[in-house]
Amino acid sequence: MDLPSLLQYLITGLTVGATYGLTALGFTIIFNTTGIINFAQGEFVMLGGMMSVFFMRALGLPEPLAIVLAVVCATLLGAVVERLAIRPVRDGSPINLIIITIGISILIRGAAMLLWGKDTFALPAFSGSEPLSFFGAALMPQTLWVLAISLLILAGLKTFFSRSIHGKAMLACSYDPKAAALVGIGVDRMVLLSFMISALVGAVGGAILAPITLTSFDVGVMLGLKGFAACILGGLGNPFGAAAGGLILGVLESLGAGLISSAYKDALAFVILLVLLFVRPSGLFGQKDGKRV
Amino acid sequence: MSMGYGKDMRWLCGLLVLLVIAPPLLGNNYYLTVLTMCCLNAMIAVGLSLLVGHAGQISLGHAGFYGLAAYTTAVLSATLGVPVGLSMLAGVGVSAGVAALVGLPALKLKGHYLAMATLGFGVILSILFNETVELTGGPSGFTDIPRLALFGFEFTSDLAVYYFIILILGLVIWLSFNILHSRVGRALRALHTSEKAAQAMGIDIARYKLFIFVISAAFAGLAGVLYAHYLTFIAPASFGFLFSVQLIVMVVLGGMTSIPGSIVGAFFLTVLPEFLRAFESIEILLFGGILVLCMMFLPDGLAGGFDRLWRWVWRMLYVRRDKDQDTGEDTGEKTDQAGGGDHG
Repeated sequence: MDLPSLLQYLITGLTVGATYGLTALGFTIIFNTTGIINFAQGEFVMLGGMMSVFFMRALGLPEPLAIVLAVVCATLLGAVVERLAIRPVRDGSPINLIIITIGISILIRGAAMLLWGKDTFALPAFSGSEPLSFFGAALMPQTLWVLAISLLILAGLKTFFSRSIHGKAMLACSYDPKAAALVGIGVDRMVLLSFMISALVGAVGGAILAPITLTSFDVGVMLGLKGFAACILGGLGNPFGAAAGGLILGVLESLGAGLISSAYKDALAFVILLVLLFVRPSGLFGQKDGKRV
Repeated sequence: MSMGYGKDMRWLCGLLVLLVIAPPLLGNNYYLTVLTMCCLNAMIAVGLSLLVGHAGQISLGHAGFYGLAAYTTAVLSATLGVPVGLSMLAGVGVSAGVAALVGLPALKLKGHYLAMATLGFGVILSILFNETVELTGGPSGFTDIPRLALFGFEFTSDLAVYYFIILILGLVIWLSFNILHSRVGRALRALHTSEKAAQAMGIDIARYKLFIFVISAAFAGLAGVLYAHYLTFIAPASFGFLFSVQLIVMVVLGGMTSIPGSIVGAFFLTVLPEFLRAFESIEILLFGGILVLCMMFLPDGLAGGFDRLWRWVWRMLYVRRDKDQDTGEDTGEKTDQAGGGDHG
């Protein structure tokens, strides 16, 4: 295989992988504060893309404004979900909470289908669709946008968690909610915040990916699966593992599609994931804390 | 939640009687189809309840075992001309065998990692069903599967197939109750409470987990082969990730640790969409909403909810009889139980 096509697969993989990484970050943030896997995470990614399209078409807003509005709406929806469906039953068993998030994902998907139909939509690329040449590979400007915005979000989250008092409080909750409550952290508020942040991160991911992969009411399922896979690949609970896991998964998939067959690209990604899990049961960057019997 | 063996058996007999007398009461062929699907889903849910509720292991890939068996028997009987009885056995065998192979490494994983591994396995199978077009017919499905036939007897009517399916469902439930009331069941309960303590008591955790995993895959496989020969048509959409999730929801919604609960959950979740069809476009919203509300307000599932309702009704009746009789012999404890005692 020649260098340009290898590079091409790498670029495609990193672009899609960045979105997987953002979805995975969303999973991780909620998992760390609550211990639950939010199965509705993929739906927030879908909403980011679909609402941007909707605000552009129905309200005639310029694209940046539409995206910002979509992200704000998704974030608010994240807060609503936490307040109405999670907080009243916070002390329930994790599996019950997980089923509740499954119910919420069905609700959101259903509402999206009712509102916008079953069609596939495209969001225009942020800055033209004239490919740039990069060592012989074609580089779409949108790819640069995706990578830049993902990095920006990653840096923003890093700063938030290590510098701001709220971020530190959330970290404290993830270590030990009881101890966090004892030192005066409002755990409820942190859980609310974690749902909002992960909805925000997911929606941004959905909006920046929509110009590349198109969007429809049901893209959330597969994106959610991939995001969860990325989390596990990187080691559940480790935000930077999640981001890295997303990129690795994206690249593997794209190489699989290019080298083997595009029909089996998803299968290949999961086969590698399974093999990896069997060899390293707590992910690539997870702690080896007796996850194995 | 461990009930006595006798009570379990009475429950099973009651269920079977209900299922046997149901078709004439329903009348309509469409209802019979729904009821048959309920029984097939219940078969998978029972196995999954053993795995999730009793062995404490999650699987998000059971739709894969269901599909694997369905496709195996379809290919063997329709494409290769193997007799239906044999191809069905082979289908169940393949599901169980693959479960043993996958379970060996996968069951060493815990919690969310196991969920991911089984989920990945299910997704891989689902992609295979879709992509191996010359074998499975691909996304448009596998048609012309022969109808159920055993020992030269062909089940020509849907009703006959239905009765055969409830026979198998009865066996599956009977077997599950027996497993739970055996040494294996006690080991599982110990394992669920504390793996470390169970291990310290000399319980071979890995073996029991694998045993239950294979059993539950075999039950899913049974449902799969029956489904294939009942409908005579299968498509990959029935065996995808969403169905795996739905199966877990059946078990949890019904009441995780109760086999009757998982059956109730399976019936509820299979009938609900049919019932909601009357609402047409908002059907899916109602489905999601009901799911969320059920989990919020019935944390121990439908079985737990019924249980509480039943106890409440029983207490009401008891208090009333107490007051009617009012003979004053040995009622102290029971009036205490009535608490407020102002229902009358």
